[in-house]
Amino acid sequence: MKVSIQREFDFIEYDVDMSDATLLEVLNKIKIDQDSSLAYSSGCRSSVCGSCAVRVNGKEVLACSYKVKEGDSIEPLKNVPLIRDLVVDMDKALETNRRAKAWMKECDTSAQLTPENEFVNALQSDCILCGSCYSACPVYSLNEAFLGPFALTRVWKYVSDKRELDTTEKLETIQTNGVWDCTLCNECTLVCPQGISSKADIEKLRMKSTMAGYTDPNFANSFGGGFSFDGSPSF
Amino acid sequence: MKTDVLIIGAGGAGLCAALAAKEAGVDVKILTKEYPTRSQTCMAQGGMNAALANVSEDSIEAHIANTLKSAHGEADEEAVRYMCSEAPNAVAWLDSIGVCFSRTKDGKIAQRTLGGASAPRACYAQDYTGLKILHTLYDRCLQKDVEILNERFLLDLLQKEDGSVCGALILNIRTGEVEHHFAKSVILATGGYSRIYDKYSTNSTASTGDGIAAAKRADAKLLGMEFVQFHPTGLKNSSILISESARGEGGYLVNSKGERFTNELAPRDEVSRAINAEMQKGEEVFLDIRHLGEQFIDENLPQERKLAKLYENVDPVYDLVPIKAVAHYTMGGIEVDNKSQTSVNGLFACGECANHKVHGANRLGGNSLLEIVVFGREAGKSASNFTFCDDKSRSDYECKKSENFLNAVKEFTNEINFYEKRESVGELFYKKVGIVRRQRELLEAQKEIENLKELLPMMGVKDTKKIYNTNLTEFLEFRNMLDVCKAVINATLARDESCGAHYMEAE
Repeated sequence: MKVSIQREFDFIEYDVDMSDATLLEVLNKIKIDQDSSLAYSSGCRSSVCGSCAVRVNGKEVLACSYKVKEGDSIEPLKNVPLIRDLVVDMDKALETNRRAKAWMKECDTSAQLTPENEFVNALQSDCILCGSCYSACPVYSLNEAFLGPFALTRVWKYVSDKRELDTTEKLETIQTNGVWDCTLCNECTLVCPQGISSKADIEKLRMKSTMAGYTDPNFANSFGGGFSFDGSPSF
Repeated sequence: MKTDVLIIGAGGAGLCAALAAKEAGVDVKILTKEYPTRSQTCMAQGGMNAALANVSEDSIEAHIANTLKSAHGEADEEAVRYMCSEAPNAVAWLDSIGVCFSRTKDGKIAQRTLGGASAPRACYAQDYTGLKILHTLYDRCLQKDVEILNERFLLDLLQKEDGSVCGALILNIRTGEVEHHFAKSVILATGGYSRIYDKYSTNSTASTGDGIAAAKRADAKLLGMEFVQFHPTGLKNSSILISESARGEGGYLVNSKGERFTNELAPRDEVSRAINAEMQKGEEVFLDIRHLGEQFIDENLPQERKLAKLYENVDPVYDLVPIKAVAHYTMGGIEVDNKSQTSVNGLFACGECANHKVHGANRLGGNSLLEIVVFGREAGKSASNFTFCDDKSRSDYECKKSENFLNAVKEFTNEINFYEKRESVGELFYKKVGIVRRQRELLEAQKEIENLKELLPMMGVKDTKKIYNTNLTEFLEFRNMLDVCKAVINATLARDESCGAHYMEAE
C-alpha cells in the first residue's frame, strides 16, 4: 500500500506492506523500517490523548483511529505553526483557552447537580484538545485572533455549569474575536473525533450573550440586514 | 533559567503539585515532554476512590483495610491512612474546580464498585474519569497562571557538590537546544514504566520511566520496582485496554473451547495468571459479553464496543473479543516519605513515578487517581516548604559539572537499530520478567539487559537534525528504559518469594 506524506519540501511516497492498519501503525512502521527521520506525534493509541491529529486527503483525523487507504495523502494540521513534517506547535492554539478564560471562576459548592444537569455539558467535557476543529476552522484565514471552536466549547462547558456563580467575565470575554466571528459553517463539527459540535455551542453562547444584553456586532453594523458576511442569519 | 520549584511532568500529579506550590506562594515552572492534556492520566477510566458512602454504607476504615489487603503487607499503614482520609477532601476539591463527576438522582456524586472494594467507592465522570480530571486541572493551571513549557525532555538532574538537586538538564525538543533549568527544589512527576513491556502494555508510548531513570542516576533510592500490575483484558493485537467494567457488568473469560476457566472478578493479578496459564497450554483467550445484548452494551460499554471494532475488527455484540493480559501500572518507583521527599535532598516525587507505599504489591482500581491528587498536592506543598526552610538552597544554584549524555550520543554509531531492540526487550520482559517469573529466566533476562546496555554506543540515532528529532528522543527513552529494566530485574531477583503482582514459580 502506498501513502504520501508531506515532508520538509514535498510529499514523499512510502510503500508499506500492511492492510487494515491504522495510520499511526503505518507511521510507526515507516519510522522503524524505512525512515527514522519522519516526525509525528502520538501517545495513547486509543483516541483519548489528542496527540496524533493530522489531515488525510485534506480532512482532519486522529492517526490512531483512521484506517489507511491506498493513495492517501497525509499532511499536518492547518492554522498552527509547523515544526517539522507532521508535528505542529499547539502552544498558540492552546493559548485560546487562557484568553477565553475557560475555567470555573467561582464555584457554588452548595449547588446540587442532578444527572440532567450533568448531561447538559457532559459531551463538551469529552474534548481531547486534538486541535482538529482549530485546523478545520476557516475563520483563521481572516482573523488570527479568533478564540476558535475548542476554546468556545470549553467556555460553554463552564458557562452552562450549574455550579458556576460568575459567568459575566466569560461572556464579556467572548464578545471580541469570539462568538460573533464564527460563520457557523459547521466544519468543526464534521471533524471532531468526539462528536462535539462547537458550532452548536457557539450558538448557545450567542443566545446566552443576547440574554445578558450583548448584541451581534454584525447585525448592528449592517442596518436592516441581519445577515453575517457568509449570508447566514445571525440572531 | 531559575525558579523556586521546578516540576517535571504535567499529568495529574504534576499539575496538582504545581497548583499547591502556587498556592504556597512560590514561583513554579512545569516542564513536560508532551503537552499536559496528552499525559497518561487521560487514559484512566475506572474512577477515583473516596469513602463518601453516597450510594451505600462505606467508611474510611474500610477503604484503608481494602487498600492494605491488596498491598500484601508492602504498604505503609500511615501513608494509606493519610491517603484514604484525605480522599473525600480531594474529591470535593476536584468538584469545586469543575470536574463533572457523574451524579445520582438525588444530586450526590455517583459511585461504583471496582475490584477489591467492599463498597461502591469509585467516583467517576461518565466514561472518561481521568481525561476530565486532567483537563479540569489544566484549566485551573491556566487560571492560576502556572508557567508550563511543553516538549521539554529531561536529560538528567543537576546536582550540587553535596549531591542535593538544584535543577534539571533539559532538551528542548523543538529547537534541539540543551537548557539548564535551575530550581531550589525539583518535583518529578514523570509517570510509570509500563512501556518497558513495549507492545505488551496498555500504556501511552510515553510511559518510559524517564524520571525514575534520571533519579536513579542521581543516586535516589528506588522501591518496589518488581511490582508491575498486569491487566487481564488488553486487546490481543494492540494491547489497548478493555475496561474492567466489561467483566464487572457480567462478561466472561473463555478459552478456544469456549470454556470459562477462572473467576472473572478475582483480583487482577489472579485473573492475569489464569489467562497466562491458558495461553501456556496453547489456548487462545477471549472476552465474551455477547450474552449482555446489544442494547445493554451500547448503554453501558460503548467505549469497549468502539475499541474492539476499531482495533481488533470484532464486534463484541456478535463476536468473541481476543485478549491477553498486559502490563498496565507500575507500583514501584522512586522511594519517598509521607512528604514526597526522596532520599536525595531537594528532590521530590509524586504520581506513578514515585512509590508512596500506598499500593504495595498490588494497586487497587480507583486508587491511582486518588494518589496523584492527594500526594501531588502534598509534593507541591513539601517542595515549597523546602524552598522556605533550607537556607543553603536559597543561597546559590551552583551545580557540579556533569556529563551531558547528548555529547556522548553524538559519538555513537548506528550499526544496530534500537527500535528492533526496544521491541525485543518488550518480548524478553513479557516472557521472562512478566506475569510468572522463574529465577533462571530472570538471570537470563539480566544478562541480556547488561548486554544491551553495553551495545548502546552502537545503537545511535540516524537522524542528525536538531529540530524535533524524535529519533533522538526515542533513543533517550530507550536508554532510560534499559536503566529501569536493570532496576526491575535486580528487584525481582532480590525477592525470591511471591508477593502480590510479583509471582515466582519454583523451577
